[in-house]
Amino acid sequence: MRREKIISAVLATVAMSGIAGLSLITAYIFKEGLPIILRVGAGKFLLSSTWAPSEGKFGIFSMIVGSLAVTAGAMVIGVVFGLGVAIVLTQFCPRRLAAALKPAIELLAGIPSVVYGFMGVVILVPLIRDHLGGPGLSVLAASIVLGIMVLPTVTSISVDALRAVPRSYSEGSIALGATGWQTTHMVILRAARSGILAAFILGMGRAVGETMAVIMVAGNTAQVPRSILDPVRTLTSNIALEMGYAAGDHRSALFATGVTLFVIIMILNTIAMTVSRRRGQKAGRK
Amino acid sequence: MRIPPLVAQRLIASVLWILTAATIGVLLFIIAYVLIHGLPYVTWEFLSRAPERMGREGGIFPIIVGTAAVTCLAVLIAGPIGVVTAIYLTEYTREGRLTAIIRFGADCLAGIPSIIFGLFGFAFFVISLGMGLSVIAGALTLALMVLPTIIRTSEEAIRAVPYSYREVSYGLGSTRWEMVTRVVLRSALPGISTGIVLSLGRSVSETAAVMLTAGSALRMPQSLLDSSRTLALHFYILAREGISMNKAYATASVLIVAILVINLVAYWIMRRFIAKTG
Amino acid sequence: MNEAASRSELAPQGTAVDSRGTPVPKEAKIVLEDFGAFFDGEPALRNVNLLIHPRQRLAVIGPARSGKTTLLRSLNRLNDLNGGFHHTGRILLDGRDVYEPQTDVSELRRRVGMVYATPIPLPWSVYENIAYGPRLAGVRKRSRLDEAVEEGLRNAFLWDEVKDRLHEPASNLSGGQQQRLCLARVLALEPEVLVLDEPCSGLDPVSTGKIEDALAELKSRYCVVLVTNNTKQAARASDRTAFFLMGELVEVGDTPWVFTNPADRRTADYVTGRFG
Repeated sequence: MRREKIISAVLATVAMSGIAGLSLITAYIFKEGLPIILRVGAGKFLLSSTWAPSEGKFGIFSMIVGSLAVTAGAMVIGVVFGLGVAIVLTQFCPRRLAAALKPAIELLAGIPSVVYGFMGVVILVPLIRDHLGGPGLSVLAASIVLGIMVLPTVTSISVDALRAVPRSYSEGSIALGATGWQTTHMVILRAARSGILAAFILGMGRAVGETMAVIMVAGNTAQVPRSILDPVRTLTSNIALEMGYAAGDHRSALFATGVTLFVIIMILNTIAMTVSRRRGQKAGRK
Repeated sequence: MRIPPLVAQRLIASVLWILTAATIGVLLFIIAYVLIHGLPYVTWEFLSRAPERMGREGGIFPIIVGTAAVTCLAVLIAGPIGVVTAIYLTEYTREGRLTAIIRFGADCLAGIPSIIFGLFGFAFFVISLGMGLSVIAGALTLALMVLPTIIRTSEEAIRAVPYSYREVSYGLGSTRWEMVTRVVLRSALPGISTGIVLSLGRSVSETAAVMLTAGSALRMPQSLLDSSRTLALHFYILAREGISMNKAYATASVLIVAILVINLVAYWIMRRFIAKTG
Repeated sequence: MNEAASRSELAPQGTAVDSRGTPVPKEAKIVLEDFGAFFDGEPALRNVNLLIHPRQRLAVIGPARSGKTTLLRSLNRLNDLNGGFHHTGRILLDGRDVYEPQTDVSELRRRVGMVYATPIPLPWSVYENIAYGPRLAGVRKRSRLDEAVEEGLRNAFLWDEVKDRLHEPASNLSGGQQQRLCLARVLALEPEVLVLDEPCSGLDPVSTGKIEDALAELKSRYCVVLVTNNTKQAARASDRTAFFLMGELVEVGDTPWVFTNPADRRTADYVTGRFG
């Protein structure tokens, strides 16, 4: 009995230190970043598009727009291809082939972001520059690269959501004379709706968080882009590019950028969680 | 104009298959491109010698060592802590407000961009604790980065073990710890291992966070406090600064092969798991 | 509750005395004394006074939610696992309250072995399933484990069927065999009391017969408590029968009498199938 108590205490200590370490990060980021947001004024910080650290001007609006633009573009590609592949894997694919293809898609997630970025620079950017205009380093380039990177996440979570739809739904639909595709889009996709939404949101979270690949293909000018062919800087790139040499207020501002990212991710995660929970309740599953 | 359902079906199916083929195509293209340009330069010399002239010549041996040091150390730190935390949360505490909050926190942190971990690592480990750009700072930062994922995947693997097994174990006279180690962990081990192996893969790919914490020194790290460069970072620097395209591709090839191996190991573990319980 | 029937159960018959100094009938292995069980305040059992004798099979019958399973799980303190459980009264095993703070619960569960309604083989081989209990009890030597495994399987009448398949996954066995495996698992620990919760539900008649035969054999060595929803099974496979209704012990007595000439009206209604 005593031995059990000791074991319990040891486990608790280790667990608490792990959790404490993680809480420390959250607290630290907020501690370093929040003061300057309050000092500059949240409105000014978030909505001014002038980012000039040497002059003490810290407006991250251009980068918020940058992140949003790039993420939106990425999600278009991510959803179209990601969901498409998920549908193929679950509805139109023989079991064996699906089992072989799924790990292949997951492999896409394993390729380092710097390799993606590099391929973007070497192949995609010149392509855009030569055929569509602009410097090539652009929102479009970043969107495409990010879209490919986000695809595996969307696919894998969508596949789970699609597979969770009870067989009886599709069997019932086919019994009524519907074709495969009709069943898919009218019945199955409907039923898996919240799971797919969760996949979308989590994919978005990953797109927002990507750094290296974006730095390599997006151009990194701190200005609000006016077309998808314009260069852009995202919130993450901002931190990575300037952290090495930033000091004082400048560094605090970068932490503040981190705080913004943190909040965005937390919001996305909360939405994903509520969406998943609603799915659980609707299906009446435990 | 109404398209007859069967025609629509065939149309959509074709479109979807094209999308899938394109996706697989991109994957194969990227891997092939890198390997074709890089494998010819991956010689034994390349793998065993130190870089010279900023990487323009020579090899990547110290970088391989640096990568192994930082990533393995990170997983060695985060692995046990993550698994223990998962065990504690599932088996030793009651479900409630607190565990729900911890779980939400872990989920959020699993989604936080790696650059933020780099930010923290730089400000805290490198500067505040005075470790400087070092292997240990990099390892600790990466450990924090993969810890939430390890906690979540371990927790899911543990929860997948049916409750009835636990009752049976108690019924035969086990203590809680005996039940956890002999029954639960034994069944959850494949899932937990997969999570850890995949975290290793993620650490190996990581660039932004190590750049800010482990630095980019080219020399062989002699101690945990020495700065070091990882494969992904080396590739980035070689490519960005245009130092040597051949060496860049070669480095990327080594990196991709390493990740492929890691993914295969994780996949193999999962297959064995399904075979055993199937 | 039939006061007369249960009171006579508690009349002192021998000179044995429990830890509180109250006389305990020498014959009883387990004595429930004013035992009540509550989950989050809701009573599942109330004022149960019951003697369970060694070398006998006691059938516990009653409709759903009458507290039968709660009774079993209180005997080996498995109810402790449910948060919100608390009890009143005492359960004496060989004169000592199993709910005393100093009780070694692991030891208790080895002495009071339980078989559940659905067979739950652990995802290991047959051998490892049976050897698990003895291993937990500290047996390390391979030869002793082999002995315990064989003993357990023989006593569960399963040895001949699996002796060549000891190292195959236990999940390969049929339903009836798996349930006997679960019985063997418990028997390998050489318990003193065998507690079975509807062990034959979901089994085919042949497997059911095998288990009932095993229980008939085993009663000569153990004290057997069998919960069953099947009154016919209770009638043929037990020596004494206790009838529970909504958490209360209505009547207990020798099986033939309970089924042919029960003292309580409600017992009569239940065994003739008028409800439940």
